[in-house]
Amino acid sequence: MIRRLHHLSMGGTVTLVLCLGVAWLSASPAWRSVPENMALVRLSFTHSGDRSASCRDRTPEELAKLPPNMRQTQICDRRRPPIYVELEVDGTLIYAEQSPPSGLAGSGPSRLYERLLLPTGSHVLTVRMRDNPASDTFGYAATRNVDLKPRQSFVIDFRKEIGFVFE
Amino acid sequence: MTSLRATLKRGFDRVERPLDTLFGSDWNPLANLGPLGWFLFWIVTGTGVYLFIFFDTGVVNAYQSVKWLSESHWFHAGLARSLHRYASDLMVIIMLVHLVREWAFDRYRGRRWFSWITGVPVIWFVYLSGITGYWLVWDELAQYVALTTTELLDALPFFAEPIARNFLTPESLSGRFFTLMVFLHIAIPLLLLLMMWIHIQRITSARTRPPRGLSILTLTALVMASFALPAVLQGPADLSTFPARVGLDWFILGLYPVIDMVPPGVIWTGALLVTILLFGLPWLPPRKENAAAQVFLEFCNGCTRCEDDCPYTAITMVPRSDGAPFPQEAKVDPDKCVTCGICMGSCPSSTPFRRVGPLITGIDLPDRRLEQVRAEVIAAAADLSGPGRVMTIACDHGAAAAPEKGRVVLPCVAMAPPSLFDFILSRDLADGVCIAGCAERECYNRLGGKWTEERIARMRDPQLRKRVPRERLLTVWEGPSASAVLDHSLDDFSERLAAMGPMPNKSSLSPEEVRNAASVAALDVADATVLP
Repeated sequence: MIRRLHHLSMGGTVTLVLCLGVAWLSASPAWRSVPENMALVRLSFTHSGDRSASCRDRTPEELAKLPPNMRQTQICDRRRPPIYVELEVDGTLIYAEQSPPSGLAGSGPSRLYERLLLPTGSHVLTVRMRDNPASDTFGYAATRNVDLKPRQSFVIDFRKEIGFVFE
Repeated sequence: MTSLRATLKRGFDRVERPLDTLFGSDWNPLANLGPLGWFLFWIVTGTGVYLFIFFDTGVVNAYQSVKWLSESHWFHAGLARSLHRYASDLMVIIMLVHLVREWAFDRYRGRRWFSWITGVPVIWFVYLSGITGYWLVWDELAQYVALTTTELLDALPFFAEPIARNFLTPESLSGRFFTLMVFLHIAIPLLLLLMMWIHIQRITSARTRPPRGLSILTLTALVMASFALPAVLQGPADLSTFPARVGLDWFILGLYPVIDMVPPGVIWTGALLVTILLFGLPWLPPRKENAAAQVFLEFCNGCTRCEDDCPYTAITMVPRSDGAPFPQEAKVDPDKCVTCGICMGSCPSSTPFRRVGPLITGIDLPDRRLEQVRAEVIAAAADLSGPGRVMTIACDHGAAAAPEKGRVVLPCVAMAPPSLFDFILSRDLADGVCIAGCAERECYNRLGGKWTEERIARMRDPQLRKRVPRERLLTVWEGPSASAVLDHSLDDFSERLAAMGPMPNKSSLSPEEVRNAASVAALDVADATVLP
């Protein structure tokens, strides 16, 4: 009995110290994942490349071979072209990538998710996108002056009907 | 690798010895890691079910409900939350120590591969359960975990839409996402439970409950720690900002800083390689196994003692195949037999007194037959002289594992049938027998120490005969680092034996026994010469 009391008291003390250590380490020390005075800018959107460049008219012979109910005059590649996106910060190009279409057949939209950390303060953000490889110009572009606060999460999204959205 | 393992094994023994003093050998937490893991799992499950009563799934409601239960109802729901978290953390520690300890004790290779392999997914499920749990609180830490995890997942080419897009802005997050997370936080622990159950399928009488005293100590300490340092709730998640500094749970989320610093490809490659390595460890290198135990039907009456005593479910009783008038016979599954020899010690036919013909027992180890053990004992006796002669029957994993004069080392002391001790004393091979097993806290072969104690105490078949004076048997249960304790015990025992005088009613070895022993020894020497 006395032996058990000894085990209860000594073993209990050790277990309590262990549990207190566990409790402390379950929230401390804190981890700083991003330096102070930085803001997070995320460029993320989903957009399908314009495959009209790959389309051509069917020849009369080709059309004649098809059943009457399937005689569409134009034929396009199933695969979509990649989209090309650039992001400039204060006049410096910091992101320029081609985003391939998704899906096994490449028929899905291109999807983009990029994050970058910027120092807080005023910045000029310019984003451009070309979704048609036949074109030399960017189909979509936008510029925004932003004043980034510490720990701010700033998002550049895109909606086809209104273009780039800064949130 | 072998030296590292041996060093670690001794290190564990050195740490566990003081814990024996503090907790008692039966409550030693390092000898109860598996049962403690189960106990903590049930604490986490119980508190999780209780928390679910108060938890509200929803982008805003989740945080509010956790805040409410942590602050307004700290004395029951808040306590449950702290217990839920700290028991999970403790489970991670116990799981990892269990992993390293089993590796150090070399209990993962050969025919023990199954328990190791099935333990690997348990590691993943424990971490996944913890990560999905942190997500549900939807505080700043949850936001950090959500962002880091989804960005890591998006590096895999499986997802049609980047999952991280769910966390772009406050408007982009849906309450249904929380419903999904709740589902995952219930489904993954259920899979974990399934894997834990599979993990213990190849062992007999698996211990899934720690000793009551240790359970009380653990639960009490967890409750006290929960009241002293309640689980932290950080500020509410806000997707218009990002959590730059978070109080991290270093047990479950300890790898997240690495994820922050290293490209996702490296993380996934590393995780894959570590998993492959863990799965492959039992074969890196493969262990050369001894031949599995063999049943000799002419000496087996189907008594079921070997089946009862086998710690690894390697023996089953099947209908008799040789026409003998017994309903069943023992059958060994070679894939499960670890050749501990406990079955040989449990067989009533294992009696070294037999004089006629070769000494064959009902179930024997082909690489260490009972006949050989008897010959070794007779040979070891030749090294003993003077008053107080002590013959040591030692376990290969205890303090007496090293070869020594007057010592016979076996894979497990329970391999020695009680009649062997009787034989040693009654044939005047020694004045006393020391049975030196593993540390008392835990037998290397799970049940060998327990069975030996019960056989000597005449509580388990085959029992020690009453004519064997108990005072001429010494049991020492010490680990590999306690050789000094063993030496001291042996010296004391030898002095006591010398004071007792010679064993009464003893007789010398018969000429047949001497001849048999000599021929077996000669045969073994020949075998050793032939073998590479």
